[in-house]
Amino acid sequence: MLPLAVEPTTLQIVWFCLIAVLWTGFLVLEGFDYGVAMLIPFLGKSEKERRVIVNTVGPLWDGNEVWLLTAGGATFAAFPGWYATLFSGLYLPLFLILFGLIIRGVSFEYRAKHPDARWRTAFDWMACVGSFIVSLVFGVAFANFIIGLPVALAEGSNHLHVYTGGFWALFSPFALLGGVVLVVLFLFHGANFLALKTKGIVHERAEAFGAKIGLLAIVGGAIYLIWANVAYGFGVLGWVLTALAAAGLIASWLAVRAGRDGWAFVATTATIFVVAVWIFIRMWPNLGFDNAASALPLDRVTAASTELTLTIMTGAAVVFVPIVLAYQAWSIWVFRKRISTKNIPDEVVTVA
Amino acid sequence: MSEVTLARWQFGITTVYHYFFVPVTIAMSMLVAIMQTRWYRTGEDRYLRLTKFFGKLFLINFAMGVVTGIVQEFQFGMNWSEYSRFVGDIFGAPLALEALLAFFLESTFLGLWIFGWDKLPKKVHLATIWLASLGTLLSAVFILAANSFMQNPQGAIYNPLTDRAEMADFIAVLTNPVFLVTFPHVISAAYLTGGGFVLAVSGWHLARLNKPQRTQQENKDVSAYRWSAKFGAWVILIAGLVVLISGDFQGKVMYQVQPMKMAAAEALFHTEGGDGTMAEFSLITIGNLDGSQEVFAIKVPGVLGLLAKGDPYAKIPGINDLRDAYSRGELLDENNQLQQAYAEKLRTVGIDDWAPYVPVTYWTFRAMMTLGFIGIAIGAYALWVLRKGRLPKSGVAWSALMATALLAPLFGNSFGWIFTEVGRQPWIVAGVLPTASAVSPGVSAGEVLATMVLYTLIYGALAVVEVGLMLKYARAGLPAEVAPVEIKGEDDVLSFAY
Repeated sequence: MLPLAVEPTTLQIVWFCLIAVLWTGFLVLEGFDYGVAMLIPFLGKSEKERRVIVNTVGPLWDGNEVWLLTAGGATFAAFPGWYATLFSGLYLPLFLILFGLIIRGVSFEYRAKHPDARWRTAFDWMACVGSFIVSLVFGVAFANFIIGLPVALAEGSNHLHVYTGGFWALFSPFALLGGVVLVVLFLFHGANFLALKTKGIVHERAEAFGAKIGLLAIVGGAIYLIWANVAYGFGVLGWVLTALAAAGLIASWLAVRAGRDGWAFVATTATIFVVAVWIFIRMWPNLGFDNAASALPLDRVTAASTELTLTIMTGAAVVFVPIVLAYQAWSIWVFRKRISTKNIPDEVVTVA
Repeated sequence: MSEVTLARWQFGITTVYHYFFVPVTIAMSMLVAIMQTRWYRTGEDRYLRLTKFFGKLFLINFAMGVVTGIVQEFQFGMNWSEYSRFVGDIFGAPLALEALLAFFLESTFLGLWIFGWDKLPKKVHLATIWLASLGTLLSAVFILAANSFMQNPQGAIYNPLTDRAEMADFIAVLTNPVFLVTFPHVISAAYLTGGGFVLAVSGWHLARLNKPQRTQQENKDVSAYRWSAKFGAWVILIAGLVVLISGDFQGKVMYQVQPMKMAAAEALFHTEGGDGTMAEFSLITIGNLDGSQEVFAIKVPGVLGLLAKGDPYAKIPGINDLRDAYSRGELLDENNQLQQAYAEKLRTVGIDDWAPYVPVTYWTFRAMMTLGFIGIAIGAYALWVLRKGRLPKSGVAWSALMATALLAPLFGNSFGWIFTEVGRQPWIVAGVLPTASAVSPGVSAGEVLATMVLYTLIYGALAVVEVGLMLKYARAGLPAEVAPVEIKGEDDVLSFAY
């Protein structure tokens, strides 16, 4: 056995927390635009209504997606072993995620570029299905991080870990439930965002849908989190977080029924935050891996970069994360106004 | 095919495809920003119309750049997990910084630019496109710094305890001579492409509008297109000059740090020059099929020495001699800590062939240069055609020329990258980690093949959509534009919406 430190350094702890923050930012922010995109074909009955829905996330989705890219990049930089084993281990699921991200990413821009009903319907469904696939696969993936992905050293290597579980093992009942629950949670979160950002008929439909999907989110979320606590829990703190998540979902459901869209959105945001905290506490210290069959554990110490790299990265993060947060918040503020079908110009091709 | 070969093909296909959109994004973001700045300064309607017109073409391109770019970041871990683990301590940082400093900037501010015409004061709105453009440049800084480490791995040491490369000196990573010469080359090549884009579209419209009778509106259009066509042509010439100068510097650095790539670029099998003789630059060399020997060649004495060292009598080592030297364990850079420290481990790994595949290296190098020169020549010719108020004659020849103004530099970029990366073989990190050792051991060849087929299908379908939209909007021409108004009433129609 190699003389590796077992106790994590401060910087390793800091970077684990920062990566958790980046994933949380991604789940909160892309969560609503996945939800909104999934709702385009269902809540938009007319072309103008669908355009209202698309335009609520139009200026924001790309910036939201960078949270995912930054989470991936930060994992690569701070814990190369984590990045290498996770991304190669979840090869096909990640391909599905990339596929979903590609078809949804082009659809926002391209649907507007040709005023033809079939063309637009096709891109609406690409946005919807792409967002659905990405949400579902991330739900399955995070459930597997909770369970722990079994890893072992690659043949002939003393340092590189490979995932040994196989593709179908990723789809355990708990993981499948995780996929469905994340889809439902994003639908609820997205409906709340849509209600908050619209007026008129789309607004009414979003609220009505939120009241329904909210109940499903409460029930599904409860089953999932109780299961997680019983099977993979970490004591009282886990139950406290679960209670908070439940309170968030119930508060959001009550708020949307009372027409308080802002509070409903804040409450689903808080719920996603709390669930992410639960998951990342569970992922400490093994980063979501199961090391039972591994001669060398893959964890926050063995996967980590050197202190020099972590120091450099910390410097960059301290300076730039607040700046990014500031201008993204400003961007959300610029586009704060509710929109309705009255705001949508008649023919998109004639303008800009 | 083996997993290594398939993973290389997948990387090649997805990267070359992604890179059709990158140079256009880098250049067009700033060219559009310049157009909008002209409008802001002069208030002339034509600049606003040009901004909107080229802005829209730029966004059609940008959407594809975004979605194909995500694949790139994930692919390192998916297909090249040992590589990711081995160099993550150095290579990961620029990728994370690219996301944090560049991607957030360009995506957030582009969102503000697209949708902010009626929501932001003019000056602030202008700043958003400049910031997005700055984001594209920062992105190039980090990804080229990362790539340069693969060509010349400096600033790192080998740690036998963790069996990986580790950061020793971050400044050395960012001041890698390969990076310092590659950055201006890549950026100017992007501007060569962007200038070609603006010239191609404007020039095509000018020929269309070159007729005896024009309406008042058409005269306005001619005034706008004339400005943009000349603007594009000047961008081509200035960028072309930087491409040439930086390319010359690159050749000299390449000779220093990757002599094998230089030899392969020239299909130079035997060492030439030195002792008062001159190494010959190959105008055309036909080799045998496996690219190990020359069959026929036309060469110019002295030029190769000038390119590599600025001295016609310089000694340029040939492929066969370099191959021998590598297999004897010589030739690793003695100042490169990582190569020196890893040399012992490398002997246990073994390498089949120390040279890259010569025909690809040789021909892509020539294709890159030829296409670059063609692009520059068209820029110069277009300026001559447009002199003193003249307009081009419409016809197949002019249309073909305008299409070439865009396509020549665009494909020149592709060939340049294929040359750079194929010429780096058999290494993934030059002189340290062989490409064959870098793939993901847990991923099967079947998985790589299946995803490669699917990527190709999606990318192919998207290419049809993208090119179709691009042509449609390029043909449609300048919009009839009025200045945006700030929205006051709640139910006012937005001046821009998807």
